[in-house]
Amino acid sequence: MPEKPDFLAWICPRPLLHYPTIVMGHGSGGRMMVDLIDHLFAPAFDNPWLAQMGDATALEQLGASGQRLAFSTDSFVVSPLFFPGGNIGELAVYGTVNDLAMRGAKPLFLSAGFILEEGLPMETLGNIVAAMAAACQRAGVQIAAGDTKVVQKGHGDGVYINTAGIGTIPAGVEIGPAVARPGDAVLVSGTIGDHGIAIMSVREGLTFETQIISDTAPLNGLVESMLAAADEGAVHCLRDATRGGLATVLNELASASKVGIDFDERAVPVRPAVKAACEMLGLDPFHVANEGKLVAIVDPEAGERILEAMRRHEYGQDAAVIGHVTETHPGLVVAQTTIGGRRIVDVPAGELLPRIC
Amino acid sequence: MKYLDEYRDAGLTRKLLAELQRTLAHEWTLMEVCGGQTHSIMRSGLDQLLPPGIALIHGPGCPVCVTPLELVDKAIALASRPEVIFASYGDMLRVPGSDRDLFAVKAAGGDVRIVYSPLDALAIARGNPDRIVVFFAIGFETTAPANAMAVLQARAQGLDNFAVLVSHVTVPAAIAALMESPDVKVDGFLAAGHVCAVMGYREYEPLAEKYRVPIVVTGFEPVDLLTGILACVRLLETGKPGVQNAYARSVTRDGNKPAQAVIQKVFALTDRAWRGIGVIPLSGYRLHDEFAAFDAEKRFPDIQEIVAQESPLCISGLVLQGIKKPAECPAFGRECTPRTPLGATMVSSEGACAAYYRYGRYPK
Repeated sequence: MPEKPDFLAWICPRPLLHYPTIVMGHGSGGRMMVDLIDHLFAPAFDNPWLAQMGDATALEQLGASGQRLAFSTDSFVVSPLFFPGGNIGELAVYGTVNDLAMRGAKPLFLSAGFILEEGLPMETLGNIVAAMAAACQRAGVQIAAGDTKVVQKGHGDGVYINTAGIGTIPAGVEIGPAVARPGDAVLVSGTIGDHGIAIMSVREGLTFETQIISDTAPLNGLVESMLAAADEGAVHCLRDATRGGLATVLNELASASKVGIDFDERAVPVRPAVKAACEMLGLDPFHVANEGKLVAIVDPEAGERILEAMRRHEYGQDAAVIGHVTETHPGLVVAQTTIGGRRIVDVPAGELLPRIC
Repeated sequence: MKYLDEYRDAGLTRKLLAELQRTLAHEWTLMEVCGGQTHSIMRSGLDQLLPPGIALIHGPGCPVCVTPLELVDKAIALASRPEVIFASYGDMLRVPGSDRDLFAVKAAGGDVRIVYSPLDALAIARGNPDRIVVFFAIGFETTAPANAMAVLQARAQGLDNFAVLVSHVTVPAAIAALMESPDVKVDGFLAAGHVCAVMGYREYEPLAEKYRVPIVVTGFEPVDLLTGILACVRLLETGKPGVQNAYARSVTRDGNKPAQAVIQKVFALTDRAWRGIGVIPLSGYRLHDEFAAFDAEKRFPDIQEIVAQESPLCISGLVLQGIKKPAECPAFGRECTPRTPLGATMVSSEGACAAYYRYGRYPK
């Protein structure tokens, strides 16, 4: 077992001493959360499975089939509970389904833990549960275990949901964050930033000419058709671009695979309304959360075929090749800008903050 | 997107760059005053496309960056009080005070809320009559009209539980201070388009004349910036300093008169300290005495005793005056990153150090 974590010795790459308590940024999916994982959770729970650091963990092989079990968990604390295009129940199902799918696994069973706040209308809970049941059906999974707790009024935002899930990874599928190779093609499955802006517009009461709808969706079917379209081993990395957005995923993959990623800003599909909202708020759409979009890094030879398979699928119609993996600038993600310049695309440091003017 | 894509057009950019190359006969140092312009330059990669004869240096035009440490500490003290709801634009929350930031205050139980407009803060005050809502009124002339309007509305609506912590600064005073400083060498200025949309550019004319320096009103998109740079270089190469408007789609010589009237009604000119730079005479706004009831510093007189000392490592003052580039700071990217900012220039989405860190750390 590792030594007890020494909070004062958190020096890599910078101490968190500025924050002796948890702040919101620790949950933002950006660098602060990575610090928390690297310096607290990972050393405390140190084991080879956790060390995979994927969306889901690949466990032992099942008998002689060559299949492996995949295991993942995710918690959902979204406010508001219902938003344009989805609700917390759908997110809770699809979030874990997608984490499993990003290892190439076929999701099978979920558990669901509910933390309910005293005073939550029964009708609200009923609607959430009905949405979860429908989501399970759509994703082809079953909720096979559950738990319910109630906390006092004021101690929760109505409902918090945790889901965990297991699935099976077919023999020969080796998808992980460290498998990207120079020359590989980088694809996204559709428009970026829809979910984050949809939530923000409801939460902050911002209205735009067109309503922006969350992209909440299960991605296991899309992944299945991608895997079916290409030769074994052609899909190297998959990540769903949730908190921290496209930029965070690209940076994580670049550093896990020790490669650089170059992409063309103009090739990334962004809805005009999302683009406009980001311009207004001073946000980078590449930092905004998605709930139904994945990033794929694939063998360049198979790129075209995989792209076609994605575009045929209902959740991949706007899929696009946005760039490629390079051996120069390992660990850095560099974008070609609209005017033909180049810039670094970094992960957000903490919470996304709207700018002043 | 209309009004956006055409100002980020690669073909037009190439044309303007070629024209700039043809016009350029000498080496010039230009300062873009506004941090929003700095970010646009770095984010579009425009800095790498400019001919080598043009050096851009980044001015003190980021309102978050120049808010003095002392006022951040005062904000933190106010936000920590149980009776206060502290409302602020988002990017002030991560600006480090002497020992913590507003995020840390929030984590410790302080009621800190991000608002998009000072009118949102007014709404919070209406909804919480038993608490005092303090709004952090920072910014240049761009945010001043809305902030002034909030004070006027608070008075009209009889909201006596609303107050503002004012840290407003003005651009012309900063340009004058830069031109008076013996360390600063700037051949021409790109004035901030949004500031001029409010104030017009009449007030820059005496500056251009006094210091024999061209000042070009410039927008924020890459093509706007290049157009401004080209106009400034033309003025320099022909030896005709003066004020030119390269952002005519938003800016007129007289600006927005109703907005100016609201500013004048609520605010008076005052000496202001700029973070890392020091006090510049008559470079900011304070509330007129008739609005003293809405002045957070008068309402909570004990915060007036707060004094603060800047981090000795951070050179944000030199960066804000354009004397040093962010990467010349020994702490840049080491002790000082957007996550662990030592100075405000690393925090704000408009800060020059943040722009360099975010977009420009190329492996050499």
